[in-house]
Amino acid sequence: MSSPVFRGLVVAALATAIPALPLAAQELRIGLASEPSSADPHFHNLGPNNQLRRAIFESLVGTDAAQQLTPLLAESWAPISDTSWQFNLRKDVSFSDGSPFDAYDVVYTVCRIPGVPDSPSLFTTYTGGITGLEVPDPHTLIVHSAEPYPLMPTEFSTFGIISARANGVDGSALTFSAEGCGDMAVPATQAFNDGSAAIGTGPFLLDSFRRGEGISLVRNPGYWGEAAHWERVTMLPLTSEGPRVAALIAGDVDFVENPPLQDLERLNADPGLRVVQGISNRVIYIHLDHKQAPSPMITGTDGANPLQDIRVREALTIAVNRDAIVERIMGGVAVSAGELLPPGMFGAHVEGDLPPRGFDADRARALLAEAGYPNGFGITIGTPNDRYINDAQVAQAVAQMWARIGVETQIDASTASTFFSRRNAFEFSAYLAGWGAGTGEMSSPLRALLATRNSDLGLGGTNRGQYSNPAMDAVLLEALRTVDDTARENLLRQASRMAMDDYAIIPLHYEVTPWAMRASIDYEPRADQYTLPYMIHPAN
Amino acid sequence: MLVFLLRRLAQSVFVLIAMMVVVFFGVYMIGNPVDILISPDATPAEIEETMARFGFDQPVYIQFLKFVGNALQGDLGRSFVHGEPAVQLILSYMPATLELALLGLIFSIAIGVPLGVYAGYKADRWQGRAIMTGSIFGFSLPNFWVGMLLILIFAVELRWLPSTGRGETVEVLGLRLSIFSSNGLQYMILPALTLALYKASLVTRLARAGTQEALMQDYVKFARAKGISETRILFVHVLKNIMIPIITVLGLELGSMIAFAVVTETVFAWPGMGKLLIDSITTLDRPVIVAYLMLTVLIFIIINFAVDVIYTLLDPRVRVKGEAA
Repeated sequence: MSSPVFRGLVVAALATAIPALPLAAQELRIGLASEPSSADPHFHNLGPNNQLRRAIFESLVGTDAAQQLTPLLAESWAPISDTSWQFNLRKDVSFSDGSPFDAYDVVYTVCRIPGVPDSPSLFTTYTGGITGLEVPDPHTLIVHSAEPYPLMPTEFSTFGIISARANGVDGSALTFSAEGCGDMAVPATQAFNDGSAAIGTGPFLLDSFRRGEGISLVRNPGYWGEAAHWERVTMLPLTSEGPRVAALIAGDVDFVENPPLQDLERLNADPGLRVVQGISNRVIYIHLDHKQAPSPMITGTDGANPLQDIRVREALTIAVNRDAIVERIMGGVAVSAGELLPPGMFGAHVEGDLPPRGFDADRARALLAEAGYPNGFGITIGTPNDRYINDAQVAQAVAQMWARIGVETQIDASTASTFFSRRNAFEFSAYLAGWGAGTGEMSSPLRALLATRNSDLGLGGTNRGQYSNPAMDAVLLEALRTVDDTARENLLRQASRMAMDDYAIIPLHYEVTPWAMRASIDYEPRADQYTLPYMIHPAN
Repeated sequence: MLVFLLRRLAQSVFVLIAMMVVVFFGVYMIGNPVDILISPDATPAEIEETMARFGFDQPVYIQFLKFVGNALQGDLGRSFVHGEPAVQLILSYMPATLELALLGLIFSIAIGVPLGVYAGYKADRWQGRAIMTGSIFGFSLPNFWVGMLLILIFAVELRWLPSTGRGETVEVLGLRLSIFSSNGLQYMILPALTLALYKASLVTRLARAGTQEALMQDYVKFARAKGISETRILFVHVLKNIMIPIITVLGLELGSMIAFAVVTETVFAWPGMGKLLIDSITTLDRPVIVAYLMLTVLIFIIINFAVDVIYTLLDPRVRVKGEAA
């Protein structure tokens, strides 16, 4: 939905936009870029759903704009042994039906998570490591795991707590076991969508959830924390970007997610509107096939896989002019990447410590010749064309840069649904994709993209280049067992540097997420790309 | 008539089955829904477990046989994305689409018929030519562009109408409809106009051709000789005679308006079935896609049938022939 004609129209409209109307009292209307598939907090582990969940159902641990952990339903937490964590819960919290919140609700929630029927993506990803839950008193929760589990607090920030009492269950009678908690009454997903089971502790209550039409929230009058500014919030799914921006300018919504890059300048120039943007936890990278020989999309090498040679990988890495991509293709709304997580996040290097690889075409050519490919070879980059910001154009730019050092490069762009299936079937020798670090720290991309594929350990799930570096695996696994934050951060940095020094993957840039709104309101950009209505506030 | 109906029915069932097979295997070949739906954080074991839960680990022919078995019992499966029965999901989106199509239809008749009849009446004059030239735009401008243009003019510039979404709804016979609420109606005008533009041009052209032909008939000459006013001749006598082709075409077009208002619904964020279809295609939500297209076939069958019935009501000759056979 971004034809040039259309872009022109939007620009023309923006140029003549009438100054925005004043906000209706305490009502906020948001234009969403993608729609949640359900109001059930445990139905689908997906960005739009998790974003909605946070307004209604709170988790034990919160995350701030930079994805650092903050107290929420738990006031504090600490490891009490190698394999257990203690969470001290708030005592003054009630669910929206009036029932008090306590540790049994957490047990009930963890018990419900594995059994949500028809779920396309369960939250067991985050609860699978729990082997035991203990409730010494109603406001203390002790979580056991089989092995040291430093990410336990992080994982407790990913799922919302539902009430046992409101669903007719006496939480204290439940006994948690990793195999299941026995028979207990659980609300159906449908009951969340129609609002009857949508009972949480969050700043908002679900007023209505209408697919395709919108979600309506009202302020929770009994909220334990600081009350949200808005009496009522309406979220409209405006999935095509042009109409979304038009709705903002027309005054039909007050706030939109992800305005398209080409409109940002114009939106900025409008005194009635405000654009905020911030670096996200998502890196755009090119992964290389390290294993298959011959590799499916490489030609002119007599069946050898040149990507197994570190010199070739280095050549391909330094042949890419990241700054040019950021400037020309991304309109400056991106940041060149030197590893898989932006500086400032947990486990990433400090700014300048592991900078993006510099562009050096001459050296790249020399490296290729040294590796025995003075005349280059042929390769095809697979890329989605509707998943990341300007994804296919970025791949096209990389292809031209590689061509300049003699590697004849083609692009195979397809829609996301086709692309991911083909990628997962190892059909590409090189592919462009993105990774958002859901946990906000370095183990997320390393574990998924670069650790040796190992189903039992849950490693390398998205390592479709089949990279394997036992030395890095060892450091990473060590980090995943290290509860001490400083030691773990150092180990993660070390593992990241090992992978980057091995040119395991080619990081291109970190996406920057924009939001646009009335000038009278403001929002702090978030690394997790979420739009949280209770964080939107009147401008000072 | 009965033989004709039975034959129609048999054909329809065949089309329905063919559609089911083609769509099922077509969507299967595009890719694996779990690759799209599951969180990237999921471990390989969870991916496998999810595949097994949805039955994707089975060979495709087993998946298909299971699907057919369930379909024969009236169960077209549950949406992979929403976890609800596909048919129920589609039906929940249907009222919004139907009311939009209905308003679009009304607009296209209200615009197209008077313009067409007038253009036929003034066929050789500049008015007639201007209308015909204008109708070319109706045909050729892409829906998407027209929709955006209407938003920019009426919502962004003039601020007369809301830009996107669905306004207030009122409950009528258990269905939530916008068309009976004045706020809701405002939200419908732009998308309905967008939908109607192409149809209106079509109607204009048909009405013009019909009028030109009818004006040369004896009954028109006779009516003129009798001294009946031109307006009455045009809008009573001629109009009756030209409605048959218009209704045929509009009937068929109504089907496409209901089933494939995809672009318009996407531009205006109108929560109709077309938007559901597009969303389902991007997430490879196979049960919804298959059920949707089967439903579409059903709609076309019903409309064609209804058009046949309306013919017999409008044109006595068809009725007589039908009785003779």
